[in-house]
Amino acid sequence: MEQNKKRVRAALLSDQIMTGVFYVVAGFFLALLIAFAGYIIIKGFAGAKPYMFAFNRKGIGNQFFNTVYLVFLSLVISIPIGVMAGVYMAEYARPGKITNFLRISIETLSSLPSIVVGLFGYLVFIVMTGSKWNLFSGALAVAILSLPLIATTTEDAFRSLPDTYKKCSLGMGATHRQAITTVLLPAAAPRIITGAILAAGRGFGEAAALLYTAGMSTDINWSNWRIVSPTCALNPFRPGETLALQIWASRTEALSADSAKIANLSSAVLMVMVLAFSLLARALERKIKRKMGESK
Amino acid sequence: MKFKIDSLNLNYGSFQALKDISMDIEANAITALIGPSGCGKSTFLKTLNRMNDFEDNVAIKGLVTLDGTDIYKDMNAIELRQKVGMVFQQPNPFPKTVYDNVAYGPRIRGVKKKATLDEVVEQSLTEVGIWDEIKDRLHKSALGLSGGQQQRLCMARTLAVKPEVILMDEPTSALDPISTMKIEDLATELKKKYTIVIVTHNMQQANRISDKTAFFLLGELIEYGTTQNLFLNPKNKKTEDYITGRFG
Repeated sequence: MEQNKKRVRAALLSDQIMTGVFYVVAGFFLALLIAFAGYIIIKGFAGAKPYMFAFNRKGIGNQFFNTVYLVFLSLVISIPIGVMAGVYMAEYARPGKITNFLRISIETLSSLPSIVVGLFGYLVFIVMTGSKWNLFSGALAVAILSLPLIATTTEDAFRSLPDTYKKCSLGMGATHRQAITTVLLPAAAPRIITGAILAAGRGFGEAAALLYTAGMSTDINWSNWRIVSPTCALNPFRPGETLALQIWASRTEALSADSAKIANLSSAVLMVMVLAFSLLARALERKIKRKMGESK
Repeated sequence: MKFKIDSLNLNYGSFQALKDISMDIEANAITALIGPSGCGKSTFLKTLNRMNDFEDNVAIKGLVTLDGTDIYKDMNAIELRQKVGMVFQQPNPFPKTVYDNVAYGPRIRGVKKKATLDEVVEQSLTEVGIWDEIKDRLHKSALGLSGGQQQRLCMARTLAVKPEVILMDEPTSALDPISTMKIEDLATELKKKYTIVIVTHNMQQANRISDKTAFFLLGELIEYGTTQNLFLNPKNKKTEDYITGRFG
């Protein structure tokens, strides 16, 4: 009896100790995250001067725009191709050597160092086409990096759908293609969107792949809307430095006295952007889910 | 006579799941398929609308005709499945609204006009008796309905393409007794317009609603006749053992 009590007390004690340890570890990481993000955001905005927000050569407005535009372009390229690749892997690929080889290729592509993709992009999109650094090449390079992510999430999303969706759709006389476009793809959409968000997040922060593709300069004339003109904001074939590249440039080779402060501000803006984008995208995902009734 | 099945053999690889099945299925009647798990009754049901086309290593020999047409040779599967609809074991509405679920079949066949779709949706839901219950939530998700409502919605979805035959694969095994009763009443009502073939584990259910009953065992059709005869005067010893609960 006495022995039993002792054992229970020992078990309870070790339970309490372990719970405490987990709390401390979780708390440590949370504190680290808040300190890290807080430091960047506070330091960035505290050192900012009004001219830095301007959409001209001195401010970071143009870089901000370039970042958003580049990520947009890269998603326009990678979402359709990635989703189609994922659908192929989930619905059409027969198990076998070729499929295994494809899967290994996709996995390899997803762990490719981005500087390698950047140099590949430079050789293929810039040197071989004989063009100058431009946003479109940067978008292609980022698309190469995000393709595997979108393809694998699409495949996973399809595989996790209940078997009955497909069976039932086919049982109603739908063709395989109709079953995919009318039932499976809409049902898998929320998860595919999550994949696209993660891919976009990678695009926002990407620097190495853009060094030799999107270029390190930007010159936008905001009153010029002729899309073929090299200074038009929407022309995808103009050089376009992004925020991440600008941070790197201002800390390494910039000469201006305020360059450190500009880099700080860019970091803060980038951080807020990534945060705002994921919140927005999550809200969108929730909305679609609610419409389909997953949470009633 | 709706279906005529003659010497039907079905193999999954080297395993023979159906052995030399011959039977006729009557129009405007309910035919129940009973037998222990793995006896081939569900496999047999699937041969009637070629759902086994999607499984690997299936080999089928023999003849299945619908109104005299060989469904494996002289009819394409898409056309067949419009005439022969199916209701599954688990209620399985698509993650779409109630309306979009019922309109699914007509839509994939190219019906776009809203007035036509509205009519089909109302008609089909009325036919399965839940129009009044859910007409106010047509544009909400079907997944929010109760299990019994979902199963009737699935039946409405099947009816929306105006089939001639409805196959039901244990349609009530996931439902509570009250929902089960409603589905049974519905089946009895529907047989006036449709031919119904139902697989069931529940012998009382077969007895209650079916006109004819087929007893399967290990891939063979042991006995087939009117439900009354089969349950009251089984000719085969194995049938008698099964319906009296001595095995299975």
